[in-house]
Amino acid sequence: MSRLAKLQVAAGLAAVAIIAGLSLAPAQQNAAHDAAKLSSTKTSPKLGLGRPALPEEINAWDIDVRADGQGLPVGKGTVKQGDEIFQAQCAACHGEFGQGNGRWPALAGGIGTLKADRPDKTVGSFWPDASTVFDYIRRAMPYGNAQSLSADEVYALTAYLLSMNDVIKDENFELNEKNFTSLKLPNADAFYDDDRETAEKKFWVKEPCMKNCRSAPKVIGRAISIDVTPDSKSGPKVD
Amino acid sequence: MSDEAAAHPINRRGFLRAAGLAGAALPGLATMAAAEAQKPDPLITEVQDWQRYLGDGVDKRPYGVPSKFEKHVVRRDVPWLTASPESSVNFTPLHELEGIITPSGLCFERHHSGVAEINPADHRLMINGLVEQPLVFTMNDIKRMPRVNRICFLECAANSGMEWRGAQLNGCQFTHGMVHNVMYTGVALKTLLDEAGLKPKARWLMLEGADAAGMNRSLPIEKALNDVILAFAMNGEALRPEQGYPLRAVIPGWEGNLWVKWLRRIEAGDQPWQTREETSKYTDLLADGRSRRYTFIMDAKSVVTNPSPQAPLKVKGRNVLSGLAWSGRGTIKRVDVSIDGGQNWQTARIDGPVLDKSLTRFYVDFDWNGQEMMIQSRAMDSSGYVQPTKEELRKVRGVNSIYHNNGIQTWLVRSNGETENVEIG
Repeated sequence: MSRLAKLQVAAGLAAVAIIAGLSLAPAQQNAAHDAAKLSSTKTSPKLGLGRPALPEEINAWDIDVRADGQGLPVGKGTVKQGDEIFQAQCAACHGEFGQGNGRWPALAGGIGTLKADRPDKTVGSFWPDASTVFDYIRRAMPYGNAQSLSADEVYALTAYLLSMNDVIKDENFELNEKNFTSLKLPNADAFYDDDRETAEKKFWVKEPCMKNCRSAPKVIGRAISIDVTPDSKSGPKVD
Repeated sequence: MSDEAAAHPINRRGFLRAAGLAGAALPGLATMAAAEAQKPDPLITEVQDWQRYLGDGVDKRPYGVPSKFEKHVVRRDVPWLTASPESSVNFTPLHELEGIITPSGLCFERHHSGVAEINPADHRLMINGLVEQPLVFTMNDIKRMPRVNRICFLECAANSGMEWRGAQLNGCQFTHGMVHNVMYTGVALKTLLDEAGLKPKARWLMLEGADAAGMNRSLPIEKALNDVILAFAMNGEALRPEQGYPLRAVIPGWEGNLWVKWLRRIEAGDQPWQTREETSKYTDLLADGRSRRYTFIMDAKSVVTNPSPQAPLKVKGRNVLSGLAWSGRGTIKRVDVSIDGGQNWQTARIDGPVLDKSLTRFYVDFDWNGQEMMIQSRAMDSSGYVQPTKEELRKVRGVNSIYHNNGIQTWLVRSNGETENVEIG
């Protein structure tokens, strides 16, 4: 039996012992009876299900990085190193400079376009936090081969992307867990919490208009003149 | 007058009066129906195959599928929308469905790294972070907990998002089909959190998927403790793989992206994480260049599913207008329908269950004499919110917010019955 399996058995037995202990205590029996009679969710008695998560397991899965840097692993990487990794692992989709190939996402550029008719939303122009770059690359990229990069590689790639977006100016800059939170992205302050209930208060209408509400409408746009709707032949085959 | 018409005089008369078309062409249609019946129908007078020969036995369909005559009722995708089909979306065929429950096999899909195929025996759910005791659960553990059932809609935040700049896609499947409504069975998230014991400083949870996207989102603790379910079943059976089998989050009334599928981990923290899906995506860019974040709730919305571009009117005379309304803020209180592009409205008939944060079905039974119509529907919910027009939304938000387009849809029904997605001004 492996060490892990032994620990699981031990944890399971501990849980059984806790349940057994509770079921023998008269006070707990009364509480359980009351709970059954009223509502089993009214109080919060422990069900004794599940088992403790081991530190190795938490380390394996808890890979998220928060905006304040919580979760950053120990590691380091330079812009130059990131450039090499990016060309090998990322450029096929995202382009040599993060400009995006074909329909694949652009990661750099677009700064100052957010008020434009067609905004170009990239890491540099739109994203508020550098931590998101690290967290997302680490958990989900490269597309089709996720979680294959080391912490050092993710630091290097993050440095390269921030260099492509002019957040980091020096290509010898080494990004690590200590200096990470000093980075600030250009659009960091341009987000605010949902304010629909105040900003869109006028959509709460007591008596909406029923009669003669507007002038006779005219058609000003038609989906068929754009003609981008898939036809009935393009759906999945069903046999 | 038929019994049916007598039973619904308001629908029959009021709908037409609103547009000033009362009583048009009705007697003529009645005679047409009588004429058709003068020649004997061979489907009645001749013995058909299915009346003579044996059909399939009970051993032939251990898991039934729809009739072969319903092969067109399928999810469809729009290939140009995304760079790859594994991080993409398809659409529920709303125009072919009735009532409020979406059949599991037709519920739209939205994945970020394709469908994870997970043996439930191999699935684990971890709770860690600001808890007294980090825990690991198996699916068997979760199925030993007190269960809850609820019906609610799941709407993608981007539903109707392609329509912000005007009419683009011709069919309610494409303009409104990123929504489904099923009965979920699972356990209250609170039950699991109580097992681990939240620390007082825990204000947010991060939900994370087990797929290759490792989809992660931050969820405020108030919502988590209120009505969030971790579901293992939909419509009475196990979740479909594409809907997160064996375990997904159900976050009633809130944007679909938060409903993390293949849920493997929940971390408690004292602030949101600012993940990719709540910064780069699922933030709403407004005209001034700033963006709303944490726009969780899906506002009141409705759409007429029939007639619609994929379901044109085929006959004059008696017809059924059918549609769906829903709100993330509560129950649907009323749905109004217009056939003259919003000049005049009449209140539709709601039929079937009216449930909190669920699709709700409405009807107008009407006579059509072949006149052109601009059909609209307008939902009102229990919070007093009235579904706005697209123009009203654009005035507040501009045209680049991508998500949360709940503006009123217009269908132009032409005199030949063909129906188009149009924008009116």
